[in-house]
Amino acid sequence: MGVYRRRRLVNRMVMGLAVAATAFGLLWLVLVLWTLIENGVAAITRALFSQMTPPPGSAGGLLNAIFGSVVMTLIATLIGTPTGILAGTFLAEYSRGGRFGEVVRFINDILLSAPSIIVGLFVYEIMVVKMGHFSAWAGAVALAIIVIPVVVRTTEDMLNLVPNALREAASALGSPKWKVIVMVSYRAAIQGMVTGVMLAVARIAGETAPLLFTALNNQFWSTNMNGPMANLPVVIFQFAMSPYADWQVLAWGGALLITITVLLLNIGARALASWGTFKQ
Amino acid sequence: MSPATSRQVMPLSLAGSLAADPEAAPRQKVLIRNVDFFYGTFKALKNVTMPLHDKRVTAFIGPSGCGKSTLLRVLNRIYELYPGQRAGGEVIIDGENILSPRVDLNLLRARIGMVFQKPTPFPMSIYDNIAFGIRLYEKVPHHELDDRVESALRRAALWDEVKDKLRQSGLGLSGGQQQRLCIARAVAVRPEILLLDEPASALDPLSTQRIEELIAELKADYCIAIVTHNMQQAARSSDYTAFMYLGELIEFDETERIFTRPKQKHTEDYITGRFG
Repeated sequence: MGVYRRRRLVNRMVMGLAVAATAFGLLWLVLVLWTLIENGVAAITRALFSQMTPPPGSAGGLLNAIFGSVVMTLIATLIGTPTGILAGTFLAEYSRGGRFGEVVRFINDILLSAPSIIVGLFVYEIMVVKMGHFSAWAGAVALAIIVIPVVVRTTEDMLNLVPNALREAASALGSPKWKVIVMVSYRAAIQGMVTGVMLAVARIAGETAPLLFTALNNQFWSTNMNGPMANLPVVIFQFAMSPYADWQVLAWGGALLITITVLLLNIGARALASWGTFKQ
Repeated sequence: MSPATSRQVMPLSLAGSLAADPEAAPRQKVLIRNVDFFYGTFKALKNVTMPLHDKRVTAFIGPSGCGKSTLLRVLNRIYELYPGQRAGGEVIIDGENILSPRVDLNLLRARIGMVFQKPTPFPMSIYDNIAFGIRLYEKVPHHELDDRVESALRRAALWDEVKDKLRQSGLGLSGGQQQRLCIARAVAVRPEILLLDEPASALDPLSTQRIEELIAELKADYCIAIVTHNMQQAARSSDYTAFMYLGELIEFDETERIFTRPKQKHTEDYITGRFG
């Protein structure tokens, strides 16, 4: 008897443990989402998107913070994406087995896992201190530094998935290397690369520490990139820590807003990836 | 034959050469002379010397790892994509040693078409797959490009199957169709030499047969070298056969002679299946 019964039993036990672990992990995620929705949904009003951050005790919204977050995220993405894609391309297509490439990859991996507060301090030192004041530019640069390693990594990984046979086939037609990369490798890897960029955007959308030292915050509407600029994460941080109930409600609203944005970005990235495989 | 083949493109380049008279004496197109090849420190080809003739098919046979694919990859220097691989000796095409460092690799490869073991359609439309190579070196007006794409697809006996879906992805075709697409792509740039690296080994028997018929037709215009594991395929579709073993060329002769009365005992053992 023994053997098969025992195997079935062990199988069931391991399966049970795996399911339990999954459920445990999901539980917290659901609780976080639930808490956010429960507390934040009341703050999602038209005022949230049309009014500035208020002084304590009066009504207001998050318009200036939303604007600041969008602008800085956008600029960070515009700086970080081309840099990251080019560096990833260098690693995957040009430096195969090269010593310099190894070093770049190693350093990039360190940057990838560096705590974001260190990035904030770094930009504080090289920009804020030099300029003498906090600024939205410094915030965007700090966020870009977080975007770059993510995009480098995903670009390299996605390009490495492109079979060498494709590169050989294009080269065998007499195609110069840059054309092989742009016309064939990029096309084959584009979905994964776009997914990587979207995940990077999702990541910086909620970063607080780098902005705390760079863009800081601003009570008022500002489009001046050379001055401090409001942004969701820092406003949430400030409002949530405050003793004022209406600020706390706004903080919940902002948190829910960021979460939903990140969720949508992730869903978008997944949809894009599966749309790509479906097409093939 | 399929009706597609009745409308052929003009013979390629090589002005003055007779359009495929099978009886005419073969012209030597390529001379491989004392070629060595190294993967790092491993010597994969040892002093190989043999010719390839124009408008003839030369088959490279031999057990796995004998160097036949390596030899093929020397002919368009595709191995140079990988650091650590290098070739010695000479490969002379129409009087020019193409292993010389002065040779422009892209121009060289534009003259030599290559088809790989696994089909390699690019992630773009069927039309763009073919047009890709043409656009690299020629500025062709729109309608002429259409003609070039059509004639290449006709040559590869694929036109009738894809003419209504030229704008669809080349990845949606079956394996056999993809391989013919790759042959069409190689032919479209009007090369002088075609290198086929086990072009039918990943295909079913019917597709294999189509590819072989195709080779027989393309022979009229090209110098063709084909690597194959399939002994019958070599016997059926080639004029010359080179038998290789452990990096050495054991025997090179007309296919008929190799398969009926080889000079080397080693060759005979291999083709009769006594080893390998």
